[in-house]
Amino acid sequence: MDDLRDLYQQVIFDHYRKPRNYGPLPHANRQAQGFNPLCGDKVTVYLDVESGAIRDVHFEGSGCAICTASASLMTETLKGRTPDEAEQLMEHFHAMVTGQGTNEGLGKLEVLAGVREFPQRIKCATLAWHTMKAALENAAQPVTTE
Amino acid sequence: MNMRDTQDVVRWRTDFPILESHVHERPLVYLDNAATTQKPYDVIEAEARYYRHDNANVHRGVHTLSQRATEDYEAARGKVQRFINAASPSEIIFLRGTTEAINLVAQSYGRSRLREGDEIVISAMEHHSNIVPWQMLCQQTGVRLKVIPINDAGEIQLDAYQRLLGPRTRLVAVSHVSNALGTVNPVQTMIELAHEIDVPVLLDGAQAIAHVPVDVQALDCDFYAFSGHKIYGPMGIGVLYGKTELLNTMPPYQGGGDMIRSVTFEHTEYNVLPFKFEAGTPNVAGAVGLGAALDYVGNIGMETIMAHEQNVLEHATSLVSSIPGIRLIGTAREKTGILSFVMHEAHAHDVGTILDRQGIAIRSGHHCAMPIMDRYGVPATARASFALYNTRFEAELLAAGLEKVIELFNG
Ligand SMILES: Cc1ncc(COP(=O)(O)O)c(C=O)c1O
Repeated sequence: MDDLRDLYQQVIFDHYRKPRNYGPLPHANRQAQGFNPLCGDKVTVYLDVESGAIRDVHFEGSGCAICTASASLMTETLKGRTPDEAEQLMEHFHAMVTGQGTNEGLGKLEVLAGVREFPQRIKCATLAWHTMKAALENAAQPVTTE
Repeated sequence: MNMRDTQDVVRWRTDFPILESHVHERPLVYLDNAATTQKPYDVIEAEARYYRHDNANVHRGVHTLSQRATEDYEAARGKVQRFINAASPSEIIFLRGTTEAINLVAQSYGRSRLREGDEIVISAMEHHSNIVPWQMLCQQTGVRLKVIPINDAGEIQLDAYQRLLGPRTRLVAVSHVSNALGTVNPVQTMIELAHEIDVPVLLDGAQAIAHVPVDVQALDCDFYAFSGHKIYGPMGIGVLYGKTELLNTMPPYQGGGDMIRSVTFEHTEYNVLPFKFEAGTPNVAGAVGLGAALDYVGNIGMETIMAHEQNVLEHATSLVSSIPGIRLIGTAREKTGILSFVMHEAHAHDVGTILDRQGIAIRSGHHCAMPIMDRYGVPATARASFALYNTRFEAELLAAGLEKVIELFNG
């Protein structure tokens, strides 16, 4: 049960129950939808990208605690970053949750490090990030985790 | 075990080697039987024995092994025939599973008989396997799909069904038992109503075959599809039952070896039933394993299995539904051992992970029945599904596991 407590930290429950930056973003100029067909998790990510930086980011959708908390934490960490920085952060985050990299420098995203002990849940943690990347690329098709 | 668990179930459990295993250092509590069932020694041994002693290709050689393999294969067909009480073994077609069986009917029967504007009736609780093959047929032919609504308990609305049956109805395709809800559908009545206007009925028996008695002649269904792996048999083997009159008039589904009687480059004469629908080398070991599984179930007896599973289901239902914040999805009066639910605190996916760490295997997701999730306005459910080897004690472990979910989520 200890690794369950590592996975489900209080911060995660907090973001699950009170997701930050939730709902459509009125000034969004990029958006994408993500879907995990295995479990039905859905997210939409809205971005407001202006003069080479992410001015604002919102999300909405329905998902498990890991998916929702990850999306919420992501929105908090992306504001003010350039698209390149956002993609680098995504790679770094991905490496952490797949156990191929360290937590270092990930700040509050570190609370999701416990996911590495739960390989079936990696897709929950990364869905919002994949969707954000698709939004940056302005993908027309919804992204899926499959 | 628990005082209230019978000696019978304690003994049956020893027939299934995997039930001795541990997951995350806890004894395995396998409650994902609607996805697939575990296999008894009899089945594992029957397959191994076939490969050790009899393996050869069937219907092809004069040599001894080929003859033995053919006999094994045809003996398995006979066992299926008796198990579902078909009139003849030639009405039993071995395929990969339910999905392939429904696709066969859609493509062979549907494509050759149905025309633009014709209608196929399915229900709101179908598995994707009993939706998508018909949608593909709709795209190919212009046939239309009509969907029977269900009530909040997850029961088919018979009056709405009757209204859907009309002059353009050409086929009814419904599940005998729903995989997402556990509902046992009133298929006998539904078949009678369809037959009154000469419409044939296909039953998706994937979730019924291991849990309720199936007598295709008493039901008078026209097609019945099921998968071996859901009745303690191997994966990759399944059955389509069809009435001889219908099968005879249907064109082959696939072309290849075994399904022909003679071939020249100008003309092919098709083989007789059931071989017309069994192109290529079949899954003989799978059929043998399925035969062993049906023997195993037959020896215990479906009535005994049903009584036991109902007992476990009732216990689980009363324990789980009394946990605060749990809503059951699927509360039909007639149900098999399937308990689908959502929790106020936690998403089904989180429930699945937390139970898994306690050794308890359930399914979380949409159960390949996304329209049903929409019907209930939930993204996913957690589903515990019981088989003959599950115990009242395991139902208690499930409930205790769910209490742990709440404990963890409420910090
Ligand atoms: C009601 C129902 N129909 C069809 C299927 C498909 O069975 P298979 O995947 O064995 O072809 C299933 C299995 O999940 C089912 O539960």
